[in-house]
Amino acid sequence: MELAAFIIPIILFFILLVGAAMAVWNRIMHIKRNILLGKPLYFYKSWVEDWAFPSKKEVAYQTRFVNGHYESALTVGGSSACNGTGKNSDEAENNAAKVFCLQNGINKNAERMRNMLLIALGQKKMFERPLVGIMHMVIYVGFILINIELLEIILDGLTGQHRLFAPVFGSFYTWLIGFFELVGLLVSMSCVVFLVRRNVLKLGRFQKPEMVGWASLDANLILFFEMVLVTLLYTMNATDSVLQARGVAGYVHEGMEPMRFLISQALIPIYSGFSNESLKLLERVAWWGHICGIISFSIYVTYSKHLHIVLAFFNTYYADLRNRGQMKNMENITKEVKLAMGLIEDTTSSEEVVDMNFGAKDVQQLSWKNILDAYTCTECGRCTSVCPANLTGKKLSPRKIMMDTRDRAELVGIQLDNNNGQWQDDGKALYGHHISKEEILACTTCNACVEACPVNINPLDIILQIRRHITMEEANVPDAWKSMFANVENTQAPWAFPASDRFKWAEEIK
Amino acid sequence: MSLNIPTAAELFEKGQTPDVLFWVGCAGAFDDRYKSVTKAIIQILSHLKINYAVLGPEEGCTGDPARRAGNEFLFQMQALPNITTLNNYGIKRILTACPHCFNTIKNEYPALGGNYDVQHHSQFIQELIDKGLLKLKGEGEFKGKRITYHDSCYLGRANDIYEAPRAILEQLDADLVEMRRAKKNGLCCGAGGAQMFKEPEKGKKDINIERTEEALNTDAEVIAVACPFCMTMMSDGVKHFEKESKVRVLDLAEIIAKSQI
Repeated sequence: MELAAFIIPIILFFILLVGAAMAVWNRIMHIKRNILLGKPLYFYKSWVEDWAFPSKKEVAYQTRFVNGHYESALTVGGSSACNGTGKNSDEAENNAAKVFCLQNGINKNAERMRNMLLIALGQKKMFERPLVGIMHMVIYVGFILINIELLEIILDGLTGQHRLFAPVFGSFYTWLIGFFELVGLLVSMSCVVFLVRRNVLKLGRFQKPEMVGWASLDANLILFFEMVLVTLLYTMNATDSVLQARGVAGYVHEGMEPMRFLISQALIPIYSGFSNESLKLLERVAWWGHICGIISFSIYVTYSKHLHIVLAFFNTYYADLRNRGQMKNMENITKEVKLAMGLIEDTTSSEEVVDMNFGAKDVQQLSWKNILDAYTCTECGRCTSVCPANLTGKKLSPRKIMMDTRDRAELVGIQLDNNNGQWQDDGKALYGHHISKEEILACTTCNACVEACPVNINPLDIILQIRRHITMEEANVPDAWKSMFANVENTQAPWAFPASDRFKWAEEIK
Repeated sequence: MSLNIPTAAELFEKGQTPDVLFWVGCAGAFDDRYKSVTKAIIQILSHLKINYAVLGPEEGCTGDPARRAGNEFLFQMQALPNITTLNNYGIKRILTACPHCFNTIKNEYPALGGNYDVQHHSQFIQELIDKGLLKLKGEGEFKGKRITYHDSCYLGRANDIYEAPRAILEQLDADLVEMRRAKKNGLCCGAGGAQMFKEPEKGKKDINIERTEEALNTDAEVIAVACPFCMTMMSDGVKHFEKESKVRVLDLAEIIAKSQI
C-alpha cells in the first residue's frame, strides 16, 4: 500500500512529462514544416542548414535562376566559395562568388551571431523604451532562473523525493528559494503593469482591429497565467514551512532547521490554523498545480504568439544584413529583360524549369524567413504604432500582415495534414482572403516598421512581394500608377515630360 | 549666372572621365521647385572647380518608383540601360540629388552589374566642408535661424545617414531643433514607395499633414529637406496650414549654396 502511494505519483509524473514532450515535439515539427512552405532564401553553411532547407537538391532547383555567382558559390562547395578558398580553378569566378556572398550577407556568421546575442539575448531594442524594457527583462530573466527550480521539481517528481536540493545546498537552499520567490514577485508585478496597460490604460496599439478576440485573450491569458504560477509557488512553499515547523514526517530534513522563505513566510499566519492533513493536501495540490501549469504552458506557447521566446533567437540570426533600402533583385526577370534587350543569348535548355512566379500571392511564394518572421511575431504592435499609413487612419497595419501570414501558414499546414501532405488548392490565398489590396497599396516603404521591431521582423518584405504580385500577375494597380509606368517606359521619367526636355534645366541656369 | 555644364559624352569625346558624375534625377530635371536644388548643386560644384559631369539627355529614371510599385520588369528595363551608359563612360563615383536615386544606384544596381561609389549630396557636401574645401560665410543668412531637419526615409532608415545632414546645418551656426519623431524614429513625408504618383488610400488624414504639423510645432523658420519628394510633401503641408510667408521649405543644397563663400 505504501509502495503504491510512493510509486503511482512517480508513474503519473513520468507519463505527464513524456506526454508533454511528445505534444511539444509534434507541434515543433508542424511549425518547422509550415515555415518550410516558404522558398529557400540564402545559402547557409551553418548547423541549421538542414533545418532550413528540405534538401540541397531543392536549393539547387530554387537557385537555378539566381545569377552565375550564386551558382558557382554552390558548385564549389558553399562557404569555401564565400571565403574565396573554393576549389574552383577559375579565380575570377571564385572572386565573383566571394563578392556575391558579401553583398548578400552570406557567410557573415559572426555578424549574425552578434545580432542574436545583442537583440535576442540582450534585448537591445526593447531598451529603447527603458521602463518597459526593464519589466520585460524581469519576466525574461525570471523565466530562465525559475527553470533551475523547475529542475528540482522534476527530479523530485521522478524520484519521489521532497526538496532534493535542500541537503545538497544546506543553508544556501533557503536563500536560493527565497531569491526565486523574489523573482516571482517581480515577475508578477510586471505582469500587473502589463495587464493594466492593455486593459485599463488601453494603449492605442493594443486596441487595433486585428487585436480583437483571440489576439487580446492570448496576451492576457499568459500574463494572468504567470501570476497563477507564482501564487501556486508561494502556497506550496508557505504550507511546506508550516509543516516543517510542526515536524511532520516527509517534510522535515534531517539535521536542518525548519525553512522559511523570503516572500512566502508572509503567508504562514494564514495557514497556521490549518490541520496537518489539510496542509499536506494543499501543498500537494499546489505542487501538482504548479508543475501541470508549467507543462500546459510549454504546450500552449507553441500554439500562441509567445513563440517569440524561442524563435527570436533564430529570427535575429537570420535577419537580412543588407541595407534596408535594398529590394531583392528578381533574377528570373533579369534574364528575360537581358534577352529582350539583346544583351545575352538564350541558352535555356528545354528541360530547365523557368520560374514564372512574379511576386507572392500565398505563403508558398514567400521565403521561409518571411514565415519564420510570422511565427516569431508576438503582436506587440510597435510596428503598427509607427507606421505612417496606420497613424493616419489607413487600413494597413504591419502587425496584421505578420498575423495574417502566420494564420495562412497554419491553414495551409492543416490542409496538408488532412490530405496526407499533398497540397490541394483550397481556393484561398494570403493575398485576397487575409490581406487586401487597400492595405498593400497604402505602404510608403519607409521602413519604420522594420526599425521598430524588437526582434528584427520585416513586414515590408512581405508587402513588397505582394505588390509585385498585384502589379505583375494581376496588373491590378491604380490608374495613376499605370500612367506613371507608361511615362517611365516612354519618356524615362515618372511624369509626362518629353524625354528631349530632360536637359532643358541647363539652359535655364545659363 | 553663366555656366557651362559638362556632359559625360562631351568629356568622353575628349578622352576624359569626370571625377564625379552628378545624377540629377527626374525631379531635378523636370520639377520646377527641385530644379532650383539642381542649380544649387551645380553652383557648388562649379564654384569649387570640381571635375564633374552630368549625363544630360542620356539620363533616365533609375526605376525606383516602378520597382516600389511592384513593376520589376520596368525597373530592370530602366536600370540596365542606365548601367550600360554609366559603365561605358567609365563612371566610378556618383553624386545624387535624390535619396531614392541614391538608394537604387548604391544598393540595387550592383546586382545588375553597376558598381559605383555613390554619395548623396548631404554626404558629398559634408565631406567638402570637412576637407576645408567648401567654406561658409561667418555671418550667413541662416545664422541663429531656427531650422528643423526632416529625415528622408531613404537616407535615414534605409541607409543609416542621419548625421551628415545635421553636421552641415550645424556649420551654419543655426539653431537646429529636432521634431518629436527624428532620426531613426522619423516620420515619413508620405511620398515613398511610389505613393508620390498616386492618391493616398482611404484614411483620416494625409501623412504629409501629420508630418508638417510636427515640423510647425518646433516653431522653426526653415524646414530643411534632402529629397525632392519630401520637398513637395512638406511644401504642400506648409501651404495647407497657410504658413508659406513664415516658414520656408529648403533643401540642404540650397541652404549651402546661399551660404558658401
